[in-house]
Amino acid sequence: MYPFWSLPRVTRRAGKVWHRNLVVFFRTWKVNFFPPLIEAFLYLFAIGMGIGSYVKEIDGIPYVNFIAPAILAISVMNSAFFECTYGSYVRMYYQKSFDAMIATPLSIEDVIAGELLWGATRSLLYVIIMLPVFAAFGVISFPLSLLAVPLAFLGGLMFAGIAMCFTAITPSIDTLNYPSFLFITPMALFSGTFFPLTLLPTLLQYIALILPLTHLVAIMRMLTLPDLSGMGVLNLVYIILVTAVFCIVSINLMRRRLIV
Amino acid sequence: MGIFYGFLPYHWLREGEPIPDIIEAVNLEKKFGDIIAVGNISFIVKKGEVFGFLGPNGAGKTSTMKIIACVSPRTSGTLRVFGMDPDIRPAEIKQRLGVVPQETNLDPDFTCFGNLFTYARYFDIPPDIAHQRAEELLEFVQLQEKKEVTVEKLSGGMKRRLILARALVNNPDLLILDEPTIGLDPQARHLIWERLKLLQARGNTIVLTTHYLEEAARLCDRLVIMDNGKILVEGSPADLVRQYVGKEIVEVEKTTEVLSCLKGKNIPFEVIGDTIQIATGSSREVVRTLFDHCTPQKIMTRPATLEDVFLKLTGRKLRE
Repeated sequence: MYPFWSLPRVTRRAGKVWHRNLVVFFRTWKVNFFPPLIEAFLYLFAIGMGIGSYVKEIDGIPYVNFIAPAILAISVMNSAFFECTYGSYVRMYYQKSFDAMIATPLSIEDVIAGELLWGATRSLLYVIIMLPVFAAFGVISFPLSLLAVPLAFLGGLMFAGIAMCFTAITPSIDTLNYPSFLFITPMALFSGTFFPLTLLPTLLQYIALILPLTHLVAIMRMLTLPDLSGMGVLNLVYIILVTAVFCIVSINLMRRRLIV
Repeated sequence: MGIFYGFLPYHWLREGEPIPDIIEAVNLEKKFGDIIAVGNISFIVKKGEVFGFLGPNGAGKTSTMKIIACVSPRTSGTLRVFGMDPDIRPAEIKQRLGVVPQETNLDPDFTCFGNLFTYARYFDIPPDIAHQRAEELLEFVQLQEKKEVTVEKLSGGMKRRLILARALVNNPDLLILDEPTIGLDPQARHLIWERLKLLQARGNTIVLTTHYLEEAARLCDRLVIMDNGKILVEGSPADLVRQYVGKEIVEVEKTTEVLSCLKGKNIPFEVIGDTIQIATGSSREVVRTLFDHCTPQKIMTRPATLEDVFLKLTGRKLRE
């Protein structure tokens, strides 16, 4: 009836769902703004300064500068992914918020699209909070690093879409641990984040090229070093394609799960 | 009260003008795989009436409500709500609906006021009007003192009242209530009934499901009794009682003498546990016969109720 790839009819009402989440986020802003700030400091000190004092530099780049964009990219991934897995699942299953929303003119497509947009927005807010810290430590360069903000939204949308697919098929909240540990954690380590991909065995290098985070890290690094290259266009095309596919499929999967 | 402005009460309709159908369902069917939840039911709900769906658990009431509320697509049949097809124009229909679901699904991230205000925004109600309406509705359900309290801290009755308020936030033309007073104490139940009566008096059309028979008898102008996805009977509560049970019920303690005596006198009866029930148009006559010929032990007469109709039609077997 509704194939996974059919284009969902999303209206501007999706913005209402997005707005609802934004209001809740800013109402508890102290809880929400603190973690990214702390995270930025922790990573910079532990890995950047700690490991960095032994590693010194990679390919002529100071180690802290090498990992700074990776930390941004990982934050983009984590904030959108966890928002649209655990966060969305709680709202869907425990709070029954989606049921309440679709009793209004909002459709399920609007609701899920709103959740995806919100996941992406959360990534964007995370990066906005982290950028000044990195700037203060002088590990990223401006003005190109400012493009990390729109990139965070696009990357966030990609991971929100992937996350929502898991949420749509997970039998319970516990089984959401699988994608978190088997997909997100390895990706955070092996996507050219803390060491260059070229150190990996050839086969693993190819596998890493499939991973979405690899491409986000690559573009992010081009912006913060800065070190622009034509490869960036390919990375961007990859991200846009994956984003489109997963966002569309996730809405259709959710429709299948919730509209019976 | 302000929340009812812009609203045309039922009695304002001119005499002789046809009363518009709010819901028109013909051969409505809902299947989940091979299981038939709703099997070919037809009914019409007119403007301004309170229409009830009664039935045991699993009768198909909630499925029917969800189809009308445009959140669950029908398998077959035709359905028009405000003259529109829920499959084609769900958003337009839902804009004019107020829904009280069976499950409490208030937003725990907001206060009472926040719940109403946020919900109003889903209906595109401008912020200043949403603000005013939320205030009025909190007063309507007597929750104005809980305005800034998060919903987790509310009692069950308060939550149900807040859900009723939330369902009214868009000033709906049709109110759909799925077990509106489920699990409430008598005080809370009476408050909800009183509010629903008030809404009815203002001309709102209300569709409700319940298995509190007293609730149905008090509130409904017309009702249907459903079982196994089918509509068994339709009518006003009083008519149904008269038609299917009679005026009164005589209850007498079960003894062998009474049993054989009733059989001898050809009086139809039903045995429930250790009680014999005799439905009759004249309890006086039945009681006299019993006293004269059957040496009854304990005896009691009472008016027949909707509950008698319900049990007669749907049986006494436990459901689920």
